[in-house]
Amino acid sequence: MKIAVCIKQVPASESKIRPSADGKGIDPAGLSYVVNPYDEFGVEEALKIKEQLGEGTVTAISIGTAKVSEALRTCLAVGVDQAIHIQDPATEGSDGLTIARILTAALQKESYDLIFFGRQAIDDDSGAIGIYVAEFMGLPHVAGINKLKILAEDYRAVANRQIEGATEVIETALPAVFTCQKELNEPRYASLPGIMKAKQKPLTVWTLSDLGIAPDTVGSGHAKVTEDQLSSPPTRSAGKIIEGNASEAVSELVRLLREEAKVF
Amino acid sequence: MSDKFDVIIVGAGPSGSAAALTLAKAGLSVVVFERGEYPGAKNMFGGVLYTPILNRLVPNFWEEAPIERHITKRRFGLLSEGSEAAFEYRCEDFNTSPPYNQSFSALRAQFDPWLAKKAEEAGAMIIPETVVDDLIWKDGKVCGVKARREGGEVEADVVIAADGVNSFLAKKSGLRKAFTWNVLAVAAKEVIALPRETIEDRFSLEGDEGVAMEFFGDAVAGMVGAGFIYTNKETLSVGVACTINAFIDKKIVPNDLLERFKAHPSIRRLIRKGETLEYSGHMIPEGGYNQVPEIITDGLVLVGDAAHLVNASFYHEGTNLAMASGLYAAETIIEAKEKGDFSQKGLQGYRTKLEESFVLKDIKKYRLVESWANKNPKFFKEYPDLALDLLKDYFTISEKPKETIQKELTKKFRSKIKLLRTMVELNQFRKTFFSS
Amino acid sequence: MANILVFAEQREGKVKRVALQALGTARSLASEGDHVVAVLIGENISSQTELLSSGGADKIYMTEDTQLSAYSSEAYGTVVSEIAKKEAASLILMGATAMGKDLGPKIAARLEGPFAGDCIKLALNDEGMFIATRPVYGGKALSSVSSHQHTFQVVTLRPNVFPVISEPASTQALIEPWTEKPDFSGLKAIMKEVLSTAGSKVELSEATIIVSGGRGLKSPEHFSIIEALAEALGAAVGASRAAVDAGWKPHSYQVGLTGKTVTPTLYIACGISGAIQHLAGMSSSKYIVAINKDPNAPIFKIANYGIVGDLFEIVPLLTEAVKKIKNEA
Ligand SMILES: Cc1cc2nc3c(=O)[nH]c(=O)nc-3n(C[C@H](O)[C@H](O)[C@H](O)COP(=O)(O)OP(=O)(O)OC[C@H]3O[C@@H](n4cnc5c(N)ncnc54)[C@H](O)[C@@H]3O)c2cc1C
Ligand SMILES: Cc1cc2nc3c(=O)[nH]c(=O)nc-3n(C[C@H](O)[C@H](O)[C@H](O)COP(=O)(O)OP(=O)(O)OC[C@H]3O[C@@H](n4cnc5c(N)ncnc54)[C@H](O)[C@@H]3O)c2cc1C
Ligand SMILES: Nc1ncnc2c1ncn2[C@@H]1O[C@H](COP(=O)(O)O)[C@@H](O)[C@H]1O
Repeated sequence: MKIAVCIKQVPASESKIRPSADGKGIDPAGLSYVVNPYDEFGVEEALKIKEQLGEGTVTAISIGTAKVSEALRTCLAVGVDQAIHIQDPATEGSDGLTIARILTAALQKESYDLIFFGRQAIDDDSGAIGIYVAEFMGLPHVAGINKLKILAEDYRAVANRQIEGATEVIETALPAVFTCQKELNEPRYASLPGIMKAKQKPLTVWTLSDLGIAPDTVGSGHAKVTEDQLSSPPTRSAGKIIEGNASEAVSELVRLLREEAKVF
Repeated sequence: MSDKFDVIIVGAGPSGSAAALTLAKAGLSVVVFERGEYPGAKNMFGGVLYTPILNRLVPNFWEEAPIERHITKRRFGLLSEGSEAAFEYRCEDFNTSPPYNQSFSALRAQFDPWLAKKAEEAGAMIIPETVVDDLIWKDGKVCGVKARREGGEVEADVVIAADGVNSFLAKKSGLRKAFTWNVLAVAAKEVIALPRETIEDRFSLEGDEGVAMEFFGDAVAGMVGAGFIYTNKETLSVGVACTINAFIDKKIVPNDLLERFKAHPSIRRLIRKGETLEYSGHMIPEGGYNQVPEIITDGLVLVGDAAHLVNASFYHEGTNLAMASGLYAAETIIEAKEKGDFSQKGLQGYRTKLEESFVLKDIKKYRLVESWANKNPKFFKEYPDLALDLLKDYFTISEKPKETIQKELTKKFRSKIKLLRTMVELNQFRKTFFSS
Repeated sequence: MANILVFAEQREGKVKRVALQALGTARSLASEGDHVVAVLIGENISSQTELLSSGGADKIYMTEDTQLSAYSSEAYGTVVSEIAKKEAASLILMGATAMGKDLGPKIAARLEGPFAGDCIKLALNDEGMFIATRPVYGGKALSSVSSHQHTFQVVTLRPNVFPVISEPASTQALIEPWTEKPDFSGLKAIMKEVLSTAGSKVELSEATIIVSGGRGLKSPEHFSIIEALAEALGAAVGASRAAVDAGWKPHSYQVGLTGKTVTPTLYIACGISGAIQHLAGMSSSKYIVAINKDPNAPIFKIANYGIVGDLFEIVPLLTEAVKKIKNEA
């Protein structure tokens, strides 16, 4: 099977996020970047499927600046076969729909059987791009999967996804798009030989013209959604530490919850 | 890919990358392990690169290297609590055309990755985020390293320990005993942002000219050591470096000493309104020649700070010695490969090259600085205070006749200074720094 | 402005509260002459129109079919998109639930219109432009976004943030059956079954009160003291990742960056240190109570009320106190 995983490079989850001086985006100083954790589940799932089937290729694809090659190298180091880096200054400022269009064009260059995305990118927390791509490609999708079984002979798959208080079990024809949720698997760490081999694996760089996309149809000028401002959330200040022995503290807490917070 | 490399280098600082670049250019297979997220991620130095060796490694490096300003001016300031006497030297010949006077301010977070990239382009494999924990031995000879990762055992004919002042590998190999604290200096440094124009106006610079300033005496609370300010394009490197012993005696931590330095009226003005971008601390192996350990054993050489190759004089030189030692180690290994002999004997040429070059010649020349400084704390506290006190008296305007002032000065000087003793001390000072 | 469409999510024949919150929001944003149009899809749902009507809908499209009893991105997406086109809807609102998070982007892509997900604020500025505010970077920043089309195609709303309308509408909504069924035979992805997950009775992301336990509980059995308090309060049970990774609770209980985002009125964190990734999931709770024996635990920095102490002592006492009050009432 041919498997594609779309990955995004994002600031690590423990990063301190500060709005930039002009309030349009974040201050990149001191941030360290990682592969979006949900995308790692996609990478792991792709590798597991390839290992189980004993055949296939796994391709990681990412749109972004030169720095993104590090994230793709990380994917190569854990065992992805090839990486495609779509790097074009014109893509700067693109919105989700445009990113999805570009990814669609890249994915359509091959006939992938399975396409993985993360449930959401932990920077924009949008959770839309995988679903956009499925729609643009006319493929079925299952979003937020935490279990996946490939029925290779039938060319179908069965995926579980969690909803409020229940689990949906969805069967789908292939090719299909899946967005990955935690619990799907445990992403592996890169071994040293893996990292060293990754240095020699191909990292293909495509520009928009390789994809037949006119640069003036993407980027901030063509964004349907624009970010006007990025700000820090109102800070929650520390409240009261309730003093006293255990039973005093509990009665005081109950009083506060009833009288101040009025929760019961 | 074959499983064994010609050379493994641990650490992608200036010494490791210089070695990697030289080896890769000669066609040897090289892997460099660096524990940082990227080379230079956590590395620091005061801020001036001396570049004759760099120019051998990467000819015309200034056309592409991330350097900040070329140094045309050096300034030495003697501070007391409220006053300053300074000596400044500026030379227009250092301001004509690259490589100027082969000295440039720089930031390691940019310089180190660049040099590592050069090595990578030449064919070396740079593996960041990978800590080396141990050496692998076979028949009493080093033949590889263990990295802290799955499948982390990697073999090579030679290992170069370029892992800095704390070199774990130097200790593991038995080449270096545990530290004796008194051979180390500790530094704290901040990078402070200011608009380019402000820097140029405040320090009287034009274009990409830069100044290197060192401050003694009260700058570092009279401790053995100095404070410094180096100008970058849009930042200042501001720090203090003193011997560990001084910190222990004074019961002060580097961070507090730096804050004290920054608050001095002479310094405060220079950094006013700047925004601190980053803070870092680091050690400097200032032990001098006597502390340079054995640096070669079967299958292993030490380079740079791991070999204690730092010139502990006024210059705070380290990166150039590091790059030179990396270069010489690499050249020696290339020769050793031709002979197929990676034993201690086969690698002995490395030591010879160091002895014959400025690296060990300079370190030898300044070998007495450290012990002189430790034996003569007066030069860091008493004498600066006295000198500035006398200057103050001399320059203070009053109704007193000049003759009276001069008489009082002489009296004060005599009362504080035992002439003969001081002559001896000054002679030692001269010998330590200016003759060999 | 033109009509605002609200997708009235229902499960098992019951409209979700967040759907009413979306209706309330639609109502408050609609200007004179604009219609608030609800879309109700499923099986055995006709009883719910009353609720939508009083909740602020002017018109309700209803499409009932056994084949629509289970959610399908494709089928639901087609129905809502078609109705949106017919009504020339300028804005489609729905809850940022598992269903809404799937359906919203689907419709946005189908209609190729701007989308804003998981919003906590949606307002019109002076120029009549919609501005949506959404938490990003795991809640560490707020992003306000707009569209040059002045409106969004689809906006999903974080549950429990937007109010339902305060005064129920007196006029009855017009109910219009929607008969253009999607082509079910063409569906490639089909719901095989829905397994209800064993677990707390109240669903986390909808709960108004949540009691969560972390590594401080030391072992899985001890979760019973959390469950007892939750039971007394009528609350849902949550867990930190440390508790989930230890296998004490399934992932569906996890609150945080790689778990659920919750916005209850009251969140009680027991034996949870308050790592940044945990805060990402719960820091917009209205009231936070922390019970932790470490006075320096970061959770106290954001808690409204904190008790420094042993949870094994405090939590049972609290359960008793709550029970007593509930019995009195
Ligand atoms: C405050 C201060 C001011 C200075 N000022 C100057 C100056 O102005 N000019 C000048 O030329 N020199 C200066 N120096 C000296 C100079 O910084 C050093 O001499 C020089 O950096 C030595 O280079 P190196 O490559 O040997 O070691 P380092 O630069 O220390 O590099 C060692 C590398 O090894 C890596 N490493 C360590 N252990 C491991 C491990 N186990 N596994 C993997 N990787 C590892 C580290 O992450 C690091 O990247 C200064 C030093 C200090 C502290
Ligand atoms: C990419 C990524 C994603 C993550 N996503 C999530 C996520 O979604 N959700 C999440 O929760 N975490 C997440 N984490 C993990 C997070 O960083 C923390 O490790 C985790 O939240 C810690 O859980 P904890 O508070 O239960 O455990 P700990 O941090 O170990 O805290 C236990 C607390 O219990 C207290 N305690 C112990 N005994 C008692 C007692 N008897 N009485 C009272 N108090 C007691 C201790 O003082 C301590 O504060 C993520 C991490 C990463 C890197
Ligand atoms: N620039 C990008 N390049 C490749 N994949 C991306 C990119 N941005 C987002 N994705 C994928 O889309 C998923 C959802 O992203 P988002 O909709 O931004 O939350 C991510 O988890 C990735 O799998």
